[in-house]
Amino acid sequence: MDLILMAVPVLLKGLVMTLTLTATSVAIGFTLGLGLALMRVSNSAIAERIARYYSIMFRGTPLLVQLFLIYYGLGQFSFVQDSTVLWWVFSEGTRCAVLALALNTAAYTSEILRGGLQSVPVGLVEAASAAGMSRVLRFRRIEFPLAIRQALPAYGNELVLVVKGTSLASTITVLEITGYAKRLMSQTFAILEVFALAGVIYLALNVLLIGLLRLVERRLMRHQQR
Amino acid sequence: MGRPAAAGRTLLPRGSMMEFGLAQLWADGWIYAIARGALVTVAVGICSMVLGLVVGTVCGLIKWQRTLVLSQIVDVYTTVWRGVPELLIIYLLFFGSVEFMARIAAAFGFTNMGGGGYAFAVTVLAIGSISGAYSTEAVRGALAAVPIGHIEAAKALGMPGHRIFRRIIAPQMLRIAFPAINNVWQTTIKDTALVSVVGLQELMRTAFIGAGSTRHPFVFYSVAFVVYLIITLVSQVGFNRVERVLSSDTAKVA
Repeated sequence: MDLILMAVPVLLKGLVMTLTLTATSVAIGFTLGLGLALMRVSNSAIAERIARYYSIMFRGTPLLVQLFLIYYGLGQFSFVQDSTVLWWVFSEGTRCAVLALALNTAAYTSEILRGGLQSVPVGLVEAASAAGMSRVLRFRRIEFPLAIRQALPAYGNELVLVVKGTSLASTITVLEITGYAKRLMSQTFAILEVFALAGVIYLALNVLLIGLLRLVERRLMRHQQR
Repeated sequence: MGRPAAAGRTLLPRGSMMEFGLAQLWADGWIYAIARGALVTVAVGICSMVLGLVVGTVCGLIKWQRTLVLSQIVDVYTTVWRGVPELLIIYLLFFGSVEFMARIAAAFGFTNMGGGGYAFAVTVLAIGSISGAYSTEAVRGALAAVPIGHIEAAKALGMPGHRIFRRIIAPQMLRIAFPAINNVWQTTIKDTALVSVVGLQELMRTAFIGAGSTRHPFVFYSVAFVVYLIITLVSQVGFNRVERVLSSDTAKVA
């Protein structure tokens, strides 16, 4: 009981950091992923290839390597240290973690969205063009809404992966749930208990995110209801 | 091998950033350390995957048959192991088992445990159990995709249960599960990098030590990045080839 009273506030402090990391990297990662997905389905061979190689590189290597390459690797260069903007990003663990997570999730998101975009029936796009819609309008009204409906269930899995990925930030001095949990484990030796408490927080967070996504899905699919 | 690097980052003096090149990586013997680390990574990956497939097949069958109690236990296992960060699971198993193993070792009169083998075993247990949780879902999904009519037909012909499994269920299940198993393998090999934080000297740990003792993290993490990419891409080619073989007999019909 004493343990719970001591550990829970600490872990909840970590939850705030976990949420911050998740929200920022998902926001950046989704935008970047959407751009990459558009490059994948574009007519430009160069853009398609760049996006494909990006996806292969970030999905083919561990997130931990990407994180260390950004935090330890890029931080060593003097041109990074000299540039105000770059050093603002690379000098601090939280921002490096957000950058690594965002770049990583962008690669997976681009694959999910690409699948969604490719599932949009060609006839609908042709009809929209025939009706005189501009490319931007066509994307906004026809392609994107249909693609996102297709992609949402798979994107839920990706969100869970991002939440789990934020735990790696603890390896570069950012204290989030896992970082605090590790500290509590070595302080109290109550390893299983701390694991259970931290685990419950993560599971609750995942359930919450999936639930939110279901709500969005329900809203997007409301034309099919009743 | 150098000692583990300090936690802080190295800030190099101006102009020294490109002095350490691939030539020095070769000359100082780091390339061998990296190669050795890569071998350990692949070994950990394969052992964990095998353990994961065994766990996954057993648990997948339990979930598919909806065996009472056991099926609920498997549900808890896959939910927790897939929903909680891998790093937290690794901490649980490493810190938890160190105490446990020390007690057992002490009971048998040993004071220090064989370091390398022990770390390897716990790593395989940790990564294998995570891999197993994902494999369970892959196996269950594939089993559910086998048409019930096929199984009913086999039953009607009077085939015994084990033969139905061997001749009807297993071949179809294997083909359906394979793409998902491929994904599990990719995740598993990437997850092995996480155990570097508890000290097994695989690829990532070697890169970390090299980065610390030479003070050239960019070079070492880039090399690790490339080696991981090679491992995943090469295994991808292998998996694609097997997938083609597995689906070759259906392709002929189509």
